[in-house]
Amino acid sequence: MTPRPPVVRPGHTYASVTEKISAVVLSGRMPRSWTAGAAAGLALVLLFFYAVGLLFSAGIGIWGVNVPVSWGFAIVNFVWWIGIGHAGTLISAILLLMRQSWRTSINRFAEAMTLFAVACAAVYPLLHLGRPKFWYWLFPYPNTMGLWPQFRSPLVWDVFAVFTYGLTSLLFWYMGLIPDLATMRDRARGRFARAVYGFLAMGWRGAARHWLRYETAYVLLAGLATPLVVSVHTVVSFDFAISILPGWHSTVFPPYFVAGAIFSGFAMVVTLAVPLRKAYGLEDFITECHLDNMGKVMLATGLVVAYGYLMETFFSWYGGSRYEAAMMADRLGGAYAPAYWGTLACNVLATQALWFRAVRRRPLPLFGAALVINVGMWLERYVIVVQSLHRDYLPSAWHMYYPTVWDWATFAGTIGLFLTLFHLFVRLLPSISMFELRALVPPAPGEARG
Amino acid sequence: MTGRGGLFGVLAEFERKEDLLAAARKVHAEGYRKVEAYAPFPVEGLAEALGMDRTRLPWVVLAGGLTGAAGGFFMQVFASAVDDPLNIGGRPTASWPAFVVIAFELAILFGGLSALLGMLALNGLPQPYHPVFNVPRFALASQDRFFLSVEADDPRFDPDRTRTLLAELRPVGIYDVER
Repeated sequence: MTPRPPVVRPGHTYASVTEKISAVVLSGRMPRSWTAGAAAGLALVLLFFYAVGLLFSAGIGIWGVNVPVSWGFAIVNFVWWIGIGHAGTLISAILLLMRQSWRTSINRFAEAMTLFAVACAAVYPLLHLGRPKFWYWLFPYPNTMGLWPQFRSPLVWDVFAVFTYGLTSLLFWYMGLIPDLATMRDRARGRFARAVYGFLAMGWRGAARHWLRYETAYVLLAGLATPLVVSVHTVVSFDFAISILPGWHSTVFPPYFVAGAIFSGFAMVVTLAVPLRKAYGLEDFITECHLDNMGKVMLATGLVVAYGYLMETFFSWYGGSRYEAAMMADRLGGAYAPAYWGTLACNVLATQALWFRAVRRRPLPLFGAALVINVGMWLERYVIVVQSLHRDYLPSAWHMYYPTVWDWATFAGTIGLFLTLFHLFVRLLPSISMFELRALVPPAPGEARG
Repeated sequence: MTGRGGLFGVLAEFERKEDLLAAARKVHAEGYRKVEAYAPFPVEGLAEALGMDRTRLPWVVLAGGLTGAAGGFFMQVFASAVDDPLNIGGRPTASWPAFVVIAFELAILFGGLSALLGMLALNGLPQPYHPVFNVPRFALASQDRFFLSVEADDPRFDPDRTRTLLAELRPVGIYDVER
């Protein structure tokens, strides 16, 4: 067997890794692409505030939701965003447990991506509540009404799953940051920056006994996060699968949703990694080897997703339910058929390009594939939510759904929120884990291995 | 022991993790017990070399996880079967399979919280002040250098003999640590 290629390009030392990664933050150099990206993000955030302000004053009616499609863009985007988050936890938890050292170069910003994606996702159910100021009614707390949430409802499971997911991701991310915050504290020149990093690092000094407990805690957290990732999107799929609606009531949903989540999440990691390494010259740490591996994960999960599509179609025929069959006929040839065929074109057809090494190892083609997959996964959720819902058992209840300009504005707004948060993160915190990368630095030539 | 001033211990700086590991083993073998090694990343076997081979943390996390699971489960049973029972189609009020999901999520949440908070508590963090930070070179401990400190509280500590012992380990530098 040929030895594995090193995760870090040769020639680096502990000092150069530290220098290079912390310089992204500490040098104060702002590439023009950063300014442009942050400005675009902020502009969209303004649009978001406007759209949400209007929603709060006018009500849900400004959206296109109606009966029977009472779950429109809000839930499409919720599922899309929360799915994107999954790759971050997958990279930091599952790949850690599997001792995949290549995760080290990408786990920090992938975890940040998870946090921001969960934040964007959480916005939608809150807005969709209609009376967002009562969101805390979803939590069990002693109240004067003597009421409890309905614990048998998948929607309440979802609240607990997403809340746990967000908080656990935050813990994981912060814990991974502590040693790097200590590095930033020791390298920062400004008094204020030193104070803030020092406060956040909590006096971390890298003592051997601390590292032992730290590593134990990190592995335990990874062990807890792994089933959590699988459970969150499974619970999200229960929102659909536990109903009796044709197109939703399907046992293939939990695994198919989890695979789709990882698929779209890795696509988003690639979407972020390619510009990031280019803008800050991080090619030594995020190498072709990483792009190649991410491409392979996208290909594998994409094939699972394709299997899910196939099985959905097969069940609706083999199951013998005329309502299921009618739903599938409508999906293949009805009003929303372009969205369904678009899903297949993006997620099944375009993904096949990832079989080729030349596509996986080159940033631009891979970036293109990732963008197509992001669109495709959004279309998939659109089809599941809208197409299944717009025609159920009674023709008298059939109705079309048209997203309004405010649906689009809110969606664009959360993309802006995500962009803005990510740009701030890149400027304020080390976007690659320095201490983990140091441990991977190959010994200098002529230096004996320990 | 009283406030600032006085010697906390001595600190030796090393360039390579192998040197630090060897030094930690040597100092531990000489009978010193108030010794701490500092590294910019986890070094395998370093805590063991100082005589610490395991931590109670897994038990803390297990207890946290079980608390979350049991608490979540009984909260739901209490809410649905005791405090506010609703008979819907004659179904059991304590329908436990429906409660598994939230119990599971809460097990993860409490387990995760106890992993982070337990790690910090056992490590004695947050700790805003520590004497080793008085050595300016110690800033490199979070970057690319390795340090070994022997504290003056150690019964075997003797300013001259301990310095000589550390000097034999070929460090890059030896520094006094002020309290």
